[in-house]
Amino acid sequence: MIRVVLPFHLRTLSRTSGEVRVELQPGEVATLRTVLDALERQHPVLCGTIRDHTTFERRAFLRFFACEEDLSLQAPDAPLPPAVATGEAPLLIVGAMAGG
Amino acid sequence: MSSVRVLVGTKKGAFILSSDGTRRKWDVTGPYFAGWEIYHLTGSRADPNRLYASQTSGWFGQVLQRSDDGGKTFRPAGNKFIYEGATGTHQYYDGTQRPWKFTRVWHIEPSPDNPDVAFAGVEDAALFRTADGGQTWQELSGLRNHRTAPSWQPGAGGLCLHTILLQQPQRMYVAISAAGVFRSEDGGRSFEPINRGLKSDGIPNPNADAGHCVHRIAVHPSRPNVLYMQKHWDVMRSDDAGDSWTEISGNLPSDFGFPIGVHAHEPQTIYVVPIKSDSEHYPPEGKLRVYRSRTGGNEWEPLVRGLPQENCYVNVLRDAMAIDSLDSCGIYFGTTGGQVYASPDGGENWSAIVRDLPPVLSVEVQTLS
Repeated sequence: MIRVVLPFHLRTLSRTSGEVRVELQPGEVATLRTVLDALERQHPVLCGTIRDHTTFERRAFLRFFACEEDLSLQAPDAPLPPAVATGEAPLLIVGAMAGG
Repeated sequence: MSSVRVLVGTKKGAFILSSDGTRRKWDVTGPYFAGWEIYHLTGSRADPNRLYASQTSGWFGQVLQRSDDGGKTFRPAGNKFIYEGATGTHQYYDGTQRPWKFTRVWHIEPSPDNPDVAFAGVEDAALFRTADGGQTWQELSGLRNHRTAPSWQPGAGGLCLHTILLQQPQRMYVAISAAGVFRSEDGGRSFEPINRGLKSDGIPNPNADAGHCVHRIAVHPSRPNVLYMQKHWDVMRSDDAGDSWTEISGNLPSDFGFPIGVHAHEPQTIYVVPIKSDSEHYPPEGKLRVYRSRTGGNEWEPLVRGLPQENCYVNVLRDAMAIDSLDSCGIYFGTTGGQVYASPDGGENWSAIVRDLPPVLSVEVQTLS
């Protein structure tokens, strides 16, 4: 079980509150790709809102954080930190701050 | 008794304004999709309970929402807008070629006779169609693959397809900033530019086939060959389905502006909102004036009763004017200052339905029986 924290607008869109818990497919390693695949399977409305529909590139104003590390530039198939894989720590999907 | 429903898209959500046919007292609901940019909220003429909303965000991209109960509830539809075939390139601001890239849906035009069929105009400019109520979208790629497309370049708002006019059985018009107007005679499979007579300073060939910054076009259903246009500068009319255009700016205080609309029952009566210039996006002299021509252009009269006539520095964007079809025709427009103004009598008298919404991006009206 992987814990994912969504930004406000994606929680609203997916009608979730608090953390989202997703299950990987049997035998899958926890990576950005497998976790986002699982998240989108569970909440199809999120398809296209975190990464591009076809290139799967991260949307420019979103970042991925976990265990006090910025994982945004990590390769999509690189393993996530063990604490994320075990559910001890959440994967944070964070929108860039903006204001005025 | 008839009633109206005004659908408002803003920078921070959508709002629905409802009234009976007198249009004196309004019920305001919203925000829907709070915090998101709603580029367009519109309804089907075939089924007024079917609404479509383009919900967009610089952070999270495109969501498309659909309602089947007149806006009481919405649910997400399909948001996959994939260009068909090779993506190709278009000209960018700096003169280089850039690949087409989908950014958002600017405008949704439901079919007049089937609520499940709708067309979407998107940025970077392309036309999509759904036949399943918005679940899936297919590009009509003949437009984007037109021979002139590599020369299209974005206006300041982006390379957006912002206007879609549907006529029976197979004719349609689309307008793109800053490429111009294109007409299809085969339901959108192929298009040809119809920009003869447009003159645009600031482009290398001011009489070019394509490259004109058309802000909006409008037509009255009883005269399908008469088109009206608010261009970046110049208000124009075509009497031959766009084959040629003549200027009808006449005595307007400025011929720069964004929306243009046609009276529901008087096909020669048209409305524009002059804006001072492309560098100063507010009304001339700080006076918010709708101008009406009852002669199809050239002779214009200001309509000011109930509109602010001092210290008004808002803009009215291209999709932010709508016209109902009640016997006493209602005109509506929204401003970047968050006001939505209504006139229940063809523009003679105006009042603000709401004054403090986020900047208004689009206004549509449904006339309900």
